[in-house]
Amino acid sequence: MNKLLLDVRHLRVEFPTRRGTLLALDDISFSIAPGEILGVVGESGAGKSLTGAAIIGLLEPPGRIAGGEILLDGQRIDNLPYEQMRRIRGRRIGAIFQDPLTSLNPLYTIGRQLIETIQTHLPVSHEEARQRAIHLLQETGIPAAEQRLDQYPHQFSGGMRQRVVIALALAAEPELIVADEPTTALDVSIQAQIISLLKRLCREHGAAVMLVTHDMGVIAETCDRVAVLYAGRVAEIGPVADVIHHPQHPYTAGLMGSIPAMDEDRERLLQIDGSMPRLNAIPAGCAFNPRCPRVMPRCRIERPELFDAGATRAACWLVVENGVAA
Amino acid sequence: MTALVEVLDLAKVFDVSPPWLNRVIERKPRQFVHAVDGVSFRIERGRTLALVGESGCGKSTVARLLVGLYAPTRGSVRFDGQATDATRDAAELRTLRRRMQMIFQDPYASLNPRWKVLEIVGEPLREHGLISPAGGTDELRAKVGELLLSVGLAAADSEKFPHQFSGGQRQRVSIARALATQPEFLVCDEPTSALDVSVQAQVLNIMKDLQHRQGLTYLFISHNLAVVRHVADQVGVMYLGRLVELADKADLFSRPRHPYTRMLLDAIPDIHMSGRARTPVQGEVPNPLNPPGGCAFHPRCPHANARCAVERPLLQTFQGVQVACHAVEEGRI
Repeated sequence: MNKLLLDVRHLRVEFPTRRGTLLALDDISFSIAPGEILGVVGESGAGKSLTGAAIIGLLEPPGRIAGGEILLDGQRIDNLPYEQMRRIRGRRIGAIFQDPLTSLNPLYTIGRQLIETIQTHLPVSHEEARQRAIHLLQETGIPAAEQRLDQYPHQFSGGMRQRVVIALALAAEPELIVADEPTTALDVSIQAQIISLLKRLCREHGAAVMLVTHDMGVIAETCDRVAVLYAGRVAEIGPVADVIHHPQHPYTAGLMGSIPAMDEDRERLLQIDGSMPRLNAIPAGCAFNPRCPRVMPRCRIERPELFDAGATRAACWLVVENGVAA
Repeated sequence: MTALVEVLDLAKVFDVSPPWLNRVIERKPRQFVHAVDGVSFRIERGRTLALVGESGCGKSTVARLLVGLYAPTRGSVRFDGQATDATRDAAELRTLRRRMQMIFQDPYASLNPRWKVLEIVGEPLREHGLISPAGGTDELRAKVGELLLSVGLAAADSEKFPHQFSGGQRQRVSIARALATQPEFLVCDEPTSALDVSVQAQVLNIMKDLQHRQGLTYLFISHNLAVVRHVADQVGVMYLGRLVELADKADLFSRPRHPYTRMLLDAIPDIHMSGRARTPVQGEVPNPLNPPGGCAFHPRCPHANARCAVERPLLQTFQGVQVACHAVEEGRI
C-alpha cells in the first residue's frame, strides 16, 4: 500500500442555523496518494467545494468541522490553531479558485503578490524571489514574463490570470494543490490550455491535486481517480475509467447518461427526474432513493456505506444485494 | 420548405467611447465595437439552428437583434417573409413579435422575484390580449395551468414565487412564459448554461418534446458543442462578430473545415476516451475593440499566410458547407 498524502476520514461539516443544524458533509472519506490527481465531481450543492474548503482550513463560519479527521502526511491538520494552519496553507497545500479575478489582489502588481508569497514560505532574498517569480510565470506560459511582473491583474486576460493563480499556488512547491473549478469561468479553448498546463506542472513539480469540478469531461482527461458526491456524501469512488464506463451507483450512471456525448446520437438524453434534496430535507436511508430508478424498500430505511464493487467503491445496496452493475 | 427566419447581412455596432468630457480633455477618440458584423443565415420552419462561439463573439447580440431587443445598425431580419424593421407600423410589429419569444440564460435573473408564477406566465397572455377580458382570473389560471403542465410542472405551481423553485424548474417557468403566446420561433440564449448536467438533460428533453409536438423553430445559442450536437440541425460558428462556418450538423462534426471550428472541436474534453491527449489551442480571443485585420482568426491560425493577414475572407459554399477561409478556398487544408 502506498503512503497516503492526504487522508480524509469520516469528515462531517455542519452549519448551525436558527432553524437547526444543517449537515453539509456527512461522513466523507477518501485519500490521495503523493502525485495523484483525484477528481471530485457532483452537482451544485453536493458539497464538493466545501470539501476543498475544509481541507485547506477555509470553511466560512458558521460552518465547522463536526467530526472526522483530515490527515496530511499522517499529521492531523483539521484541528490545528489558525497560525499553524496558515503556515501549511500555501507552503504544503496550494489552492486555486474558480474566479481568477477575485483570487488576485487588484491593487498589487502580479510580481509583488508572487514575491510576497514566495518570501512568506521560503527563506530567500527579494532578488531570488523575483527570479523565481519570473521563472514560475515562464513555466505557466506567460510571454514576456519579466515585463508582465510589474503589471496589475486587470491588465491580464481571464486565461492569463488563471495562469498567474497557478503560478501562485505552485510558488512554495506544495505537496498538494486543491483546485476548485479552475476552468469553469473560462472559454472552452482556454479551458483546454489551462487543464493541460495544470496537469503538466503538477507532474513536473510532483504535486498531488484534488480537482473539484462539475465537468465530467475535465475529470476524464485529467484525473487518476474520481469521487462522485451527492448530497454531502460520497456516492462512488474509483479509477476514472471504471467510474465512467462501468458506474456501479445509479446516480453515477444517470449523471453519465445525462451528458450529451460527442460520439453517439440519441434522440433523448437519459434524465434523472427531480433534483438534489435540500440540506434540511435529506431523505432517510440512501439520499438518492426518491430519484433512484432502481430503489428497493431497504434503500428508504438503511443508509448504505461504501461497498467494494469491483474496481470502484459505491454506496448502494444494489452492490450488496446482487453485485450487479447499475 | 420555406425559411421562417431570414437574416441578411445583419450588423450591430456599439458605441463604447469615453464620455464627451474625456474625449475633449484627454483627446481620446471615439471607439466602436463591431459586435455583429455582416451575419446572414436562414432557419427553415421546424428546424434548429445553433450558433456557437466563445464569449464576446457576438452570438447573444444576434439573438437580441432577432427578437428586436436591439435595433440593427445594418442589414435586415425577415420573419415569415415579412420585414421586422422599425419602418413597419407598431400594431403589425406587435403581431409579429407575438410569434417569436426568447428564453434567457439565467433563470435567477429573468423572472421577477416579486411576482407569482401565475403573473409571470400570465403577463404575455394579458399583454397580447390572448384571454378574453370577461374571462377573468379563472380563464387565466386555466391557461397558465395548461402551460405549466406542458413543461412538466404542476398547475398548482402557479401560486408559488420564483424563489421556491430550483434552477431547472425556474428555467421551465421561463419556457412556459415563452410558450404563452403560442410562438412559432423561440430564441434560446444559453438556456442550460447555468444548470447542472442532470437538470440540463431534463430541460433539453422538454425543449425537444415541445419542438416535436408544436413544430417550433429554434435559434439555439450555446458555447457547449456537445449540447449543440444534441439539439441542432444546423450549426453556425461565430468568431469576433462574423460567421466563419455554417453547415449541417452532420457535416460540421464529421468534417469541420474552418480551422477555428477544428480548434473548438479539438478543445472539447471527451469523456468516453479517457486518457486521450488533446491538442491545446494556442493564443486567446483578441480584443474586439481592436480586431486583427484580414481574417480575424489569422493570429491563432496554424494555416495562416500573408493573404489571411490582409484580405478578409467571405463566406463561400464548398460542397454544401459555407466557410469563410482562404486556406479552404485555396485547397491548402
